[in-house]
Amino acid sequence: MTVNSIYKEEKKSAFQKVSEVIITMASRPSGFIGLSILIFHIILAFISPYIAPYDFKAINPTLMLQAPSAEYWFGTDDLGRDVFTRTILGGRTALTITFFGSLIALLWGGLLGIFCGLVGGKIDDIVMRIVDAFLSIPWILAMLLIVSLLGTSTEVLIPALGFFYGKGIVRVARAATHDVIAKDFIVSARARGHSNFSIIWNEIIPNVRDAILVEGAMRWSWMLLGFSSLSFLGFGVSPPTPDWGLMISNARGLMSFAYWAVIAPIVGLSSLIIGINLTADAFAKALGIDRSTKAPV
Amino acid sequence: MSDIIQKVKNLSIGFKSKKGEEILILKNISTKIKKGETVGIVGESGSGKSTLALAMMGYVKHGLYTIGGECEFNSSNLLNMKSKDLEKIRGRKIAMIPQNAGQALTPNLKIGYQIDEALQLHSDLNEKEREKKISELLNKVRLPSPETIALRYPHELSGGQQQRVAVAMALAGTPDLLLLDEPTTGLDVTTQAHVLELLNFIAKDTGTSMVYVSHDLGAIAQVSDRIIVMYSGEIVLEGPSRDILKRPIHPYTHGLLKSIPKLSLAGLPESMPGSQPQPGIIQSGCSFFDRCNFSEDKCKNNSPQLEFLKELNTSVRCFNYEKLLKESQVNQNVNKIKNNSKDKEILNLSEVSISYAKQKLLDQIFNRISDDNPTVKDININIKKGETIALVGESGSGKSTILKSIAGLIRTKDGLIRFDENRNLSSDLKERNPNDLRIIQLIFQNPDESLNPNHTVEEIIAQPLKLYFGLKGEELNKNIIDLLQKVRLGEFYMSRYPRQLSGGEKQRVAVARAFAAKPDIILCDEVTSALDVSVQAAVLNLLQQLKEDFGTTYIFVSHDLAVVRAISDRVAVLYQGRLCEVGPSNDVYKFPSHPYTEVLLGAVLEPDPDIKPKLVAEDIVEEKPPEKGCSFQGRCSRIVGDICKKEIPPWQLTDSGNAIRCHIPIKELQKKQF
Repeated sequence: MTVNSIYKEEKKSAFQKVSEVIITMASRPSGFIGLSILIFHIILAFISPYIAPYDFKAINPTLMLQAPSAEYWFGTDDLGRDVFTRTILGGRTALTITFFGSLIALLWGGLLGIFCGLVGGKIDDIVMRIVDAFLSIPWILAMLLIVSLLGTSTEVLIPALGFFYGKGIVRVARAATHDVIAKDFIVSARARGHSNFSIIWNEIIPNVRDAILVEGAMRWSWMLLGFSSLSFLGFGVSPPTPDWGLMISNARGLMSFAYWAVIAPIVGLSSLIIGINLTADAFAKALGIDRSTKAPV
Repeated sequence: MSDIIQKVKNLSIGFKSKKGEEILILKNISTKIKKGETVGIVGESGSGKSTLALAMMGYVKHGLYTIGGECEFNSSNLLNMKSKDLEKIRGRKIAMIPQNAGQALTPNLKIGYQIDEALQLHSDLNEKEREKKISELLNKVRLPSPETIALRYPHELSGGQQQRVAVAMALAGTPDLLLLDEPTTGLDVTTQAHVLELLNFIAKDTGTSMVYVSHDLGAIAQVSDRIIVMYSGEIVLEGPSRDILKRPIHPYTHGLLKSIPKLSLAGLPESMPGSQPQPGIIQSGCSFFDRCNFSEDKCKNNSPQLEFLKELNTSVRCFNYEKLLKESQVNQNVNKIKNNSKDKEILNLSEVSISYAKQKLLDQIFNRISDDNPTVKDININIKKGETIALVGESGSGKSTILKSIAGLIRTKDGLIRFDENRNLSSDLKERNPNDLRIIQLIFQNPDESLNPNHTVEEIIAQPLKLYFGLKGEELNKNIIDLLQKVRLGEFYMSRYPRQLSGGEKQRVAVARAFAAKPDIILCDEVTSALDVSVQAAVLNLLQQLKEDFGTTYIFVSHDLAVVRAISDRVAVLYQGRLCEVGPSNDVYKFPSHPYTEVLLGAVLEPDPDIKPKLVAEDIVEEKPPEKGCSFQGRCSRIVGDICKKEIPPWQLTDSGNAIRCHIPIKELQKKQF
């Protein structure tokens, strides 16, 4: 008897699993585009300091608001700084801060959600009402309050963003846990007398991990937009550090005659957000999670 | 020719695997359905029976596609018809009754409105006529007081009533062909018998052809004129119902009928080895070769064709059917189970009651449960070491609830659970010490849900070994292999994930996990009901073998009375959370004395066209146990008088040690029998 290969699955190493997921993601057109954009941005963030043609803070009054040319590819802004240089450098801070912010959001949101889903009862009720209360506060107001009290340093921004974007993950993690918790293997573990920690670690996390990771990836793109909004309002990165939100904010008044100074950072920001979104979608599909039904946001 | 309503010609349906291989679900199927005939399609899960039934209404599931062949209905091929034309046929000419009517009915629309919708689509009646037709249809499916039912929402009806509504909706378009996909699976035994009886009546009354898909030969036997047996995407046997059930000439059907436990036979039936090959496994030769008792060398390399035998009016796919022709009947051999129960008591439930009622604030503060009419009440059972005691009853009878409270998963309201004559087990899981938890292990109904899909078999079995015995490394490994061998699985299963195992293999892993804790008592919650019929007997035999080897005590919960008959030493019958009858299974089955036991046993469906279920009581579903008197008063056909409504019946003992709780005197009870 010959057996087809589809039923012959051996235990795979973590590396094999990850590479398999990435290959599946890239095999879809949308996933391929998303991944390419995201990887392009990440590589750019790493190498931009070395390839930037000009100094990002070099002010030159004689070169104010030059249109794009062979010398200045994306033109210059109102202080005569090269827009191309500032655009390729502008994503670095945003990408770094939001990446670590998402990690924090994932960690506390995921763990709290799983814990609430598992213990249920009064603890769950109380925690979820607090989360709901926080969800009802406009995040930007709260962020402005925090930033104006504590300053705009990275050490403040990362945990603050992480906290505000983790609330949504709590609900997703809790819902995913509720799906798993009713299954008999959890009942069985409980009846055997395993501790809550052991049940979370061995039984629940492997089954909700995918849903939470996908949600975290989505949160990343939201956070990026949120962080750029802060910069736009002047509460994110402080000048003269190049940042897309800040650049858009500075150049928006001159939009009618110097459109290039606005368009370049807008393209940078939106392409990165679309890239992360497409990647997260492809990631969800590659893991077999249909986000339209599984993630109640 | 005109009496053929549906013709399936050389139909193949399949899907493409990730690697682009074509995997067949249906392999070259040809069959015909005549007007007014009921055809039963029977097969295990994955045999393609549902795919075939859906193809008969021109529907191919998402992901599957037609590879070749036709499904002709009134001489037009449904499979290449435009969806506009199909709309005219579906509902009007071909109607479908789904497995779970509760999910098929829209929850926020009233029953009457939903039937009205079907009528608007499938008939040309005006509003007045439709209204009349609705109550006519509801009457036809024998729902009590159609006017009030029409105004109810689906959730206000019981499972059996919902299924009746689904039948009424299907009949709204006066179809020529009715497709039924496992319409009674998931219903209680008594309800199931009633629904089948209704379907029989409708088939006779309206002359509609029916295609009845089921895994249950018992149900098929009651309704069908002709039976199609499917195995691994092929028709292996097709012929008149009686011949197939009495004299099956295909080895698969033969083995299947041998392995189904029957009410009339105590003891475990022979099991069929192996399991059905999964789709996509390409095999040279006969697909049943591995499991066949009659195979020869030629079966290995040549696949037999479906052969039509004129004298028997039967088609069979086997080289050796003649061997089976000689055997006049299926001789079922059973292995009598050894009763190795000792006199020593191992578990004692006394006055146990369990409540699901929501607790008032005051009670919550004082951490107590107050409920005058709890879900489960007055359970007194004495379980001896080494015996198998079965709890039987319909859904809602509290049998699983009692199991959970023994395991400590549900708190009891009152009563004591005592282990080994002197150790009280706390009703709170957190207060039990690790050893108390170790001695009681659970095996669940559905192995898909009881095994963590992200753990390998090794990790699953290692859990209790690590938790209770702290085993590590080489020793742990040795123990796991040892356990796998005891459940007849090889060492190479260790690295597999549950999704790579068949249903029977998964359940074996679950059994191994339970035995890993070296428990004294194993609670089996419907352990075979999610398994295929041919695998069921093997798992039961395994459980019996392990019990004899280890001296374990089983508490066995099942709704399948034939399975209970096969494996148990003692039976406890429950209704609405109250015990009705407790006794040695031989006596309970031989002289069903409690009126409820009679109802239950009467409704059991057997794969024999000569044994018809006896419908004694109405299939009413009671939501709450009565507050006073006998728990069965609402459905009992033998009520003696007011006493049944006022007083809780006393326990009466028969000579053979059977305890019955009824107001009717013992002698009277034993006399009145079918």
